[in-house]
Amino acid sequence: MDRRVVEDLIDGRLSWPQLKEIISHPKDPARFQVIMEVLRERLGWQEPVLLPLAEHLYVVQKGTERVVRCDCGCEFGDYRENWKTKARVFVRDDESLLREIYPRMMHSDPQWMVLREFYCPGCFTLLEVEAVPPGYPVLFDFQPDIDGFYEWLGLPLPSSARA
Amino acid sequence: MALAKGDVGGAPIGWDGKTLLEMLEESERLFQETGRYQGIDRLELKEGDHFRYERAFAKLRGALVAARETALHISASPIVRNIGELCFALYTPEGDSIAVSTGIIVHVHTMSEALKWMVRNNYERDPGIRPGDIFTNNDPAVGNVHTTDVHTMVPIFWEDELIGWASGVTHEVDIGANTPGHDPVTPTSRFEDGFHLTCERIGENEHIRQDHRLRSQRAVRSPLYWDLDEKCRTAGAYLIRDAVHRFIAEEGIGYYKRFTREVVEEGRRIFMARVRERLLPGRYRAAAFSGIPLKDEAWQPRARQDFICHAPMEVVIGRDGGFFLSMEGASAPGAHAFNCAEGPMQGAVWVLLSQMLVYDGKVNDGSYLALRHYFPPGTWCNAGDPQLAYCTSWAFLIPAFTGLFRCLSRALFARGYREEVVSGYGFTGDAIQGGGVLAVNGEYWPAANFEMSAVGLGASAVHDGLDWGYAMWNPESDQGDAELWELLEIGIPYLARRVKANTAGYGKYRGGSGWEAVRVLVGNRDAELYMGRGDGPTFMGCGIFGGYPQATSYRLWSKGSELMDRVSKGQPYPVGDDPDSGEFEELLGGEVTRRPNAMMFPTIFHDRDVLHYVLSGGPGCGDPLERPGQRVVDDMNEGIFSERIARDVFGVVASRDEKQGKWMLDEEASEGRRQEIRRLRAERSLPFEEFWRQERQRIEGRRLGEPVRRMFRESMSLSQAWAQEFRAFWKLPEGFEP
Repeated sequence: MDRRVVEDLIDGRLSWPQLKEIISHPKDPARFQVIMEVLRERLGWQEPVLLPLAEHLYVVQKGTERVVRCDCGCEFGDYRENWKTKARVFVRDDESLLREIYPRMMHSDPQWMVLREFYCPGCFTLLEVEAVPPGYPVLFDFQPDIDGFYEWLGLPLPSSARA
Repeated sequence: MALAKGDVGGAPIGWDGKTLLEMLEESERLFQETGRYQGIDRLELKEGDHFRYERAFAKLRGALVAARETALHISASPIVRNIGELCFALYTPEGDSIAVSTGIIVHVHTMSEALKWMVRNNYERDPGIRPGDIFTNNDPAVGNVHTTDVHTMVPIFWEDELIGWASGVTHEVDIGANTPGHDPVTPTSRFEDGFHLTCERIGENEHIRQDHRLRSQRAVRSPLYWDLDEKCRTAGAYLIRDAVHRFIAEEGIGYYKRFTREVVEEGRRIFMARVRERLLPGRYRAAAFSGIPLKDEAWQPRARQDFICHAPMEVVIGRDGGFFLSMEGASAPGAHAFNCAEGPMQGAVWVLLSQMLVYDGKVNDGSYLALRHYFPPGTWCNAGDPQLAYCTSWAFLIPAFTGLFRCLSRALFARGYREEVVSGYGFTGDAIQGGGVLAVNGEYWPAANFEMSAVGLGASAVHDGLDWGYAMWNPESDQGDAELWELLEIGIPYLARRVKANTAGYGKYRGGSGWEAVRVLVGNRDAELYMGRGDGPTFMGCGIFGGYPQATSYRLWSKGSELMDRVSKGQPYPVGDDPDSGEFEELLGGEVTRRPNAMMFPTIFHDRDVLHYVLSGGPGCGDPLERPGQRVVDDMNEGIFSERIARDVFGVVASRDEKQGKWMLDEEASEGRRQEIRRLRAERSLPFEEFWRQERQRIEGRRLGEPVRRMFRESMSLSQAWAQEFRAFWKLPEGFEP
């Protein structure tokens, strides 16, 4: 896929007909490389970016470590541990806090289910929302096998990134 | 009289002198040994003549779609005829799907399970399987989602061999349960679940037996619809059988047999290739919940408890491309209508993966064979007890699989295929069910509304979710015209359908919006109505990457309303409801019931009563503060978000231009509001350690609501692994129970 189209995709500038066209076509096998090129350029970090983990979060090779980093620069530690344990947390666990953002009766009963909002401690971007009963263990959403993935792609890990 | 093949004690009807059971066992052995369907190494037909092979698949696929499009006209039920709640599939003799029609394809795999059940129970020997036989099934414990989905299965013979099965399913208007309707909420056991047909032979010599017809028409409340649906399924199956016979006449039996093997194996390979093409190895986790408050409302004493269905999900994709899905830690089944057998769980995995990964591939049981799964026996998702109630399994099944969309979406996002991300989907809960009796002639009318097959789809990572246009179980969703439903539900015409503000899940990309309807009872002796929804005390699913779950639903009606007086005076009446302002109370009068629990048990209504219900939106994706202000204002102008939600969730301030009748963006005020929300986030949030300490104290002190404690105790007693994980996360002592 053309780099400009990938940039428009990342920025949400493609219309539905354009997206439908992309969805209906076979996937471009080089998409990962193109999107990583764009992202690395935009982030401008010295350290190699290995993987986009979520909106705003990336796995970055930092020396011998692989850490999760927000695009604001804030780090969340080793990618094999849940980044949420380094986030700031706000729990909507009573009626008034849920009513702040939902109409009357159109939200959970906080005795049954709360909303946990995980913010980046650096920029306070909302990174993830969990809708869980109180007391539910925090979900570790995604632990990628980065070495396995690069093997799949037949790509070398970016320099100094071999685990 | 000499015994024929397929008769009790007759010669085997499988291929090459084998019985069907021998064929199934051999197929399973070969798959076990080689990891490939029927042990097929090379796709010889595909490699030999690619065009002939693809043409052959197109012929079968075309025959299935044509059978569906033709047969549905036999049905009189709007659910089948207009909404398209039917599908057809062609199966191997062992019961593996080869090709499918469009429609409610979640049932392609459940029919496969039913066919295999017949093979495993040696139906070939007793009651026998002969040309011209017609079998039917709707038993969830055998291979179905819930009783109201009825299968018809017709064997296809070529000379003396059974070469496959043509099967079709329709969703019934009424299934003869303990209350009218198709997704009853009151049953607590099989014995209240409605009419069961456990893989029965209902016809011989291409004739549906009269005893079956008489029995079934007495077993449901809408016999006309039942009868014509049965004819619809049977006719569709015959059309497929004829097409297969034509196929064999053109291509040869040898080609047909080999082709049907290869095409399933190809389906498996396509799925495996898609995993490597679009996902990445790793471990993915999600959890979904359905809260069901029955403590005060259930009819039977043993059913009176509040509980939460726990649907944890782990997907592991190995470096070998293997795909393993587990629901280890799922909670218990119970005395309610929402239990689920393993077959429908498999069907749900299959239908969602068909939509997410192999929508352009060969959709058949190859995809099912390509993945491994674990639905723990004895839990709600593999209850294993035929005496439980299963008539509304969807209430748990639908929320449970929102987690699969999120798991796959994380991989698709990381891989760069952001256009494929979907944060989840809306709850396709029943709008209204039940029925009534007309005053003028005592005629019964069923309320079996299927407009919930058009709810909001979750947002992608580059685009908003589809508004009012998605059902996870039927890729061709359709809400149907109001006038169509009024033909069926003659005693409760529509006053309005409207976009339901604030039902779209919030996010940088918002979920698809939901909508609402208002109905009035007219011309009835009385009516008994209910709603089967499970998103009252809990959100259904959640968003992704900072997106929020879509709003929950609620119940609302006015009894003894002043509607008719208002209409006669030309005064306005409600065409929807804003729960923050109390539109209903203000405009209708009467005795208004407004409660947060959307699931409503059967309630008697009379003329002039007005009923409102909500059809769900989908969840969002990304931080709502990153949604461009103008897009939020556009949403406001379309009625999707209210001024308050725009301001307090999205940080967007708009002023009303009364001349233009539009909201206009105030960029400066919006920037200020967004900064204010970020400041509030910083002030109110806690470091994780403090959150963890407070939460742990709450658990240790057992300050959790009863349904939450019950859910934890069920999951911990059913899964040692989940119990250990729970205790390890909160650093709780061995043996601790919440």
